[in-house]
Amino acid sequence: MFRNQYDSDVTVWSPQGRLHQVEYAMEAVKLGSATIGLKNKDYAVLIALKRAVSELSAYQKKIIPIDEHIGISISGLTADARMLSRYMRTECLNHRYSHDAPMPVGRLISSVGNKMQICTQRYDKRPLGVGLLVAGYDDQGPHIYQTCPSANYFDCRAMAIGARSQSARTYLEKHLNTFMDCDLQELVAHGLRALRDTLPNEVDLNTKNVSICIVGPKTPLRICDEEELSRLLALVEGEERRGGTATGDAGAPGGAAPRDQGDDRDPQAAVAMETE
Amino acid sequence: MAFMGDTMNPTPLWQNGPSPGAFYNFPGNASTIAPSRHGVQDFTAHSASPITTTTTVIGVKFDKGCVIAGDTLGSYGSLARFRDCPRVMKVNDLILLGCGGDYADFQYLKDIIQQKIIDERCVGDGLQLKPRSLHCWLTRVLYNKRSKMDPLWNSYVVAGIQDGEPFLGAVDKLGTAYEDAVISNGLGAYMATPLLRDAVDKGPLDQETAIAVVRKSMEVLFYRDARAFQRYQLGVVTAEGIKITDEELKHDWSLAHMIQMK
Repeated sequence: MFRNQYDSDVTVWSPQGRLHQVEYAMEAVKLGSATIGLKNKDYAVLIALKRAVSELSAYQKKIIPIDEHIGISISGLTADARMLSRYMRTECLNHRYSHDAPMPVGRLISSVGNKMQICTQRYDKRPLGVGLLVAGYDDQGPHIYQTCPSANYFDCRAMAIGARSQSARTYLEKHLNTFMDCDLQELVAHGLRALRDTLPNEVDLNTKNVSICIVGPKTPLRICDEEELSRLLALVEGEERRGGTATGDAGAPGGAAPRDQGDDRDPQAAVAMETE
Repeated sequence: MAFMGDTMNPTPLWQNGPSPGAFYNFPGNASTIAPSRHGVQDFTAHSASPITTTTTVIGVKFDKGCVIAGDTLGSYGSLARFRDCPRVMKVNDLILLGCGGDYADFQYLKDIIQQKIIDERCVGDGLQLKPRSLHCWLTRVLYNKRSKMDPLWNSYVVAGIQDGEPFLGAVDKLGTAYEDAVISNGLGAYMATPLLRDAVDKGPLDQETAIAVVRKSMEVLFYRDARAFQRYQLGVVTAEGIKITDEELKHDWSLAHMIQMK
């Protein structure tokens, strides 16, 4: 009946020295669909798996552009992510207004970190239930940052968050040393393979459920359109999947048909998206 | 006959108009409010007019950087009161800042800029403020102050290295900003600009020629500008870094008695 008497509000410590509300918020991040960020020498890439609430609905947006040089992908409570993205957009705009230059990614993240920390410490607030992967490019090159509801943030070479993201992280860890030297296409292919590892066997990636954004030198943040998506998806089309062969016709060779297949699989994918 | 008004003392036909032969004095015009200026200003206003002032600051761009120069005289009206008012400052490894106008306002903003640099160093991410950013920031600050009817009575010259390229920009007390290869304010705009612009127009300027033409301009200004001084600072910014040197003009007035002012 009384499962936990120390989790009723944020400011109460448990005897084990834990803040349960903050830890619950960390769990909320794992409920969102998986998203992956990785970078090479020049580019930072975000790849996200989109979910549809039902077969009748559109897929929920996962990647939010912040500025010309920064984009985020979210996992957790979308409402909190929207609040944070609005804040980040404002910060970037203000920096452009006052300094006529794009905001350094690290500085934006530390100000976001400070903002997120406040609500882990105040009685009248709650931790934000969202994790972000931030891809950005500035004078110091490409960046991938991860932020957590606990207000920790990490500068990463590659990271995956969200539902079943452990398998993606395993993939990324295995190939970590190859990322820095590979080109953009290979980088995206690695990301797609990592993302595919988070999927249940009967689902595969298609242009409807994948979202990709790319940022780099002289490459303003770009969220790939369907045409580019199908070209990028073709990079990993027909490959052997880690957990056995892909279902359906994903094993068929050639990249000419992915769009048709995507359309066919559309409803099927939507059902199978319930990955918890 | 009351409806005809006072026919003996009619009201003037042309009220508040200019007196014959004069221009209309617009309300709020400097000459209108000058006597009661302090009454108009909020008491928090820094300065409604400059007090201790410095004169021209000049800047010129050359192939690999910029030179700026300004003398060290702080004038109190026409009195040459302070002889050591340095106003060419190193902001960081990339930016030189020069300033003319009210010296107190410059000191106020200098402290803020220096704190900005300290804060940036404390972040420790290795990023440095760039000249274009400082130029933009100064524009915002100065325009904001003037919009509060409390301008910082300065004009600034921002020189630096922006992503490997020389940068030279100006901002004045109204927040008017521009970039150019040649910048000088105050009296220098009339006397130094032609000299500097000639040098720039002759083709790519190297560091020595740029410094030479700046020295020449400072000399001309010293002879002609009654608020100028023989000691000045000369700052050079290149990709290698920033160097500010104190210079002193050799001046010779032996010809002065031959000049006949008519």
